[in-house]
Amino acid sequence: MSEMSKTILIKPIFKENPIALQILGVCSALAVTTSLQVTLVMCVALTTVVAFSNLFISMLRNNMPGSIRIIIQMTVIASLVILVDQILKAYAYEISKQLSVFVGLIITNCIVMGRAEAFAMKNPPIPSFLDGIGNGLGYSLVLIIVGTLRELFGAGTLLGFTVLPTVANGGWYQPNGLMLLAPSAFFIIGFFIWILRERNVEQIEKNEFPMSAHTAEKGAH
Amino acid sequence: MEHYLSLFVSAVFVENMALMLFLGMCTFLAVSKKVDTAIGLGVAVVVVQAITVPVNNLIFNYLLKDGALAWAGLSDMDLSFLGFLCYIGVIAGIVQILEMFLDKFVPALYNALGIFLPLITVNCAIMGASLFMVERSYTFPESVVYGVGAGVGWALAIVLMAGIREKLKYSDVPQGLRGLGITFITTGLMSLGFMSFSGLTL
Repeated sequence: MSEMSKTILIKPIFKENPIALQILGVCSALAVTTSLQVTLVMCVALTTVVAFSNLFISMLRNNMPGSIRIIIQMTVIASLVILVDQILKAYAYEISKQLSVFVGLIITNCIVMGRAEAFAMKNPPIPSFLDGIGNGLGYSLVLIIVGTLRELFGAGTLLGFTVLPTVANGGWYQPNGLMLLAPSAFFIIGFFIWILRERNVEQIEKNEFPMSAHTAEKGAH
Repeated sequence: MEHYLSLFVSAVFVENMALMLFLGMCTFLAVSKKVDTAIGLGVAVVVVQAITVPVNNLIFNYLLKDGALAWAGLSDMDLSFLGFLCYIGVIAGIVQILEMFLDKFVPALYNALGIFLPLITVNCAIMGASLFMVERSYTFPESVVYGVGAGVGWALAIVLMAGIREKLKYSDVPQGLRGLGITFITTGLMSLGFMSFSGLTL
């Protein structure tokens, strides 16, 4: 693999993570992370859709009139999502029930549209495909971290296997019910962004109203 | 009547689109810096939601559902797999028509809402409401109430959030948490507050 393809693939995972830096596709990141298994299925579904939508849109990019490009992109994405949804319904019905509307919402996931518009419209098919996979993996990374934390501390299990035996089953771990509820997802992503930005200082947002330094002691009296 | 009222209250508070179901988060985080813009976007979402959910309901019930094409003599046709494509098409189309209609007949409103309308096509709250309507098989009147309720709930959440963020920008937030990070944590706290509605029924 050439140096450039490697950069395209790796950069969106850490440096330009779609969720943490670009705030794209947050909705599903929060909603499907109560159990790790569902999270993994969602990650695979999204990565497939982004990669292939990037590939097809990049192939079509020279034949697309600018004024109707959004509609064409939407159609390509929606068709891919229909395929994924039908496959899930056929082979993993239980999980597709748990994901409920969130597979359909991949269509409006900003990562897919965002990458199609920002990358696939300007680059040849193969790099676009890699960019799609890279962004899908960047999204998956955040989702898997959040999913692991929520399932482990919320139910004491990982992928359905008991890791921390709960009090209700004769163990010692008192499960933290908050982890399974909506607010915890916001907190975890908030703290995740904090950690990421402490490491990559250039991502810190500028302070609109900086605090002025304390008045010198002499002047204060 | 009571049934519709209860559906409305549950769509606004118990199943708040933004805070309980995490839908429309991207726009929610990006456009909640000022109360004025948040109100504009909120109103636009209510209007679009109130039109698209009932229209998608009609499309699902009379064109896509298993056996829905019986009126055309095709009683064993099931087109429900085409759902996603139709709903997003309807949403994009209606947003476009609404934009042209407002531009022509209500220019004042167009100037206020204009810039938000294109944003709404890719707002997952709109698509999400249509998908929930199909999943829960609402009837036509129910879908009208649900559409309006879901829109109002989302608008309420974004206006409240903008109010908090207007104050928040003067506070001394740790460096790495500034901007996006603190917004997430604030949203989490608001969502915690909205959980107190969870037992609410009428």
